[in-house]
Amino acid sequence: MGQLAAFIILSVVTLVAAVVVVASQNIVRSALSLIPTLLGIAGIYILLQAEYVAGIQVLIYAGAITVLILFVIMLTEHGTGARFRQVNEQVLPGTIAVAVLAALLMAVFFGTAWPRPAGALPQYSATAIGVTFLTNAILVFVVTSFVLLIALMGAIVIARRER
Amino acid sequence: MVNWPLEIVRAVLLTVAVFTFMAVVGAMFGVLLERKVGGWIQSRLGPKHVGPQGLLQTVADTIKLLQKEHIEPRAADRAIFNTAPLVVAVAGLMSWVVIPFGTLGDRVLVVRDLNIGVVFFAAMASLTVVGILAGGFASNNKYALLGGLRSASQMISYELPLAMALIAVAMEAGTLSTVGIVEAQAGWFGSFAFRQFPAFVIFLIAATAEVNRVPFDLPEAESELVAGYFSEYTGMRFALFQLGEYGEMFAMAAMATTLFLGGWKGPVLPGVVWFLLKMYLIVFLLMWVRWTYPRYRLDQLLNLSWKVLLPAGLVWILITGYRVTF
Repeated sequence: MGQLAAFIILSVVTLVAAVVVVASQNIVRSALSLIPTLLGIAGIYILLQAEYVAGIQVLIYAGAITVLILFVIMLTEHGTGARFRQVNEQVLPGTIAVAVLAALLMAVFFGTAWPRPAGALPQYSATAIGVTFLTNAILVFVVTSFVLLIALMGAIVIARRER
Repeated sequence: MVNWPLEIVRAVLLTVAVFTFMAVVGAMFGVLLERKVGGWIQSRLGPKHVGPQGLLQTVADTIKLLQKEHIEPRAADRAIFNTAPLVVAVAGLMSWVVIPFGTLGDRVLVVRDLNIGVVFFAAMASLTVVGILAGGFASNNKYALLGGLRSASQMISYELPLAMALIAVAMEAGTLSTVGIVEAQAGWFGSFAFRQFPAFVIFLIAATAEVNRVPFDLPEAESELVAGYFSEYTGMRFALFQLGEYGEMFAMAAMATTLFLGGWKGPVLPGVVWFLLKMYLIVFLLMWVRWTYPRYRLDQLLNLSWKVLLPAGLVWILITGYRVTF
């Protein structure tokens, strides 16, 4: 019961905030609404007993990435004016695309059996995640690190050239 | 199975308790201590007239703030303007969830011993900046906006060294739980202030910057920005910003106590007393720095973070990793 109630509340928070993100005419409000969306998702992670992922989600997405988005908006010319309005001219195509995607996803979700793997969840998922990164998933981990490093270096090169 | 109604009642009661503790010990007593210490360092007396030795000064100030009119600037974004102080205050409050205050018999006095305690603390510290940035934007005032932007660049830069210090400590303790980290320390040479001295220094510098205090108080520099992001706020919402700021500062001091000074551990006296003593030692250190050093320039501030603290933190993590492994 409690879990269901928590899931419903978290879903409502996430979905309402997500609608504001795409529908608001004020770009700063859109960016700020990302925060309840991401916090709601973090709450769902906690319900799924992935508390380490939830903590990182709040730290990286809600705390850092949203702030970066806000920062960039406020450095642009229109972002600082509360009067600035943005209008989406493709509401109808967007709605149709979302409806089709939702129908497809729901068809997949309801059509899958979702078998439960045997065994209990580890008590302390942070260690398990770390061990997986350095054993079974080491290739993915290293390649991702290199992609991030190259992106960082690219950002520095682009910023330098403008001087 | 979780007993949900009981858990919700417990959560509400603990929230009230922690919020009262933060408001009274953190904000009210903190402001008084700040003024008294500042007076002492500058050879003044500080507040002296309300109550014995000025002890009731902040109580009087709080009552005054509660009565003040709440003014919204006409061009402000109302919803964001009114929510921003709440975000700062609640984020400051949430940091206290993982801090162990002491022991009572066999029980550790902590709201919740999360197994990701350190990550949780860093996450809550990073949420404060959202409130500050939103408040600065919604005021629709160039000084407030500049304060908010400075705060964002500063807090993003200093979150990284802060996280490096937390990672080094968690590596040596072998756990992310705050209670576990306290239990991994014993005695003078066993405390992480000794075994993790570089991390301790990095944490203190980054924590000072993270709570926007002198010498890193650019977001609210009175002389250039007329108090920065909260210059348009009045009455109780201004008080909420102050509350969040002092709550965050005391939370940083409490976290430094937990991570580096052995938390509640100490001889003879009960744990809670030791915890408060150590916490106020750190708070006094922060105040000492505030009343002694001048303010940094923005470029010096960012250089210190990216060119000194971050490389130092990375090197120290490498050294810690070597020590832990071999």
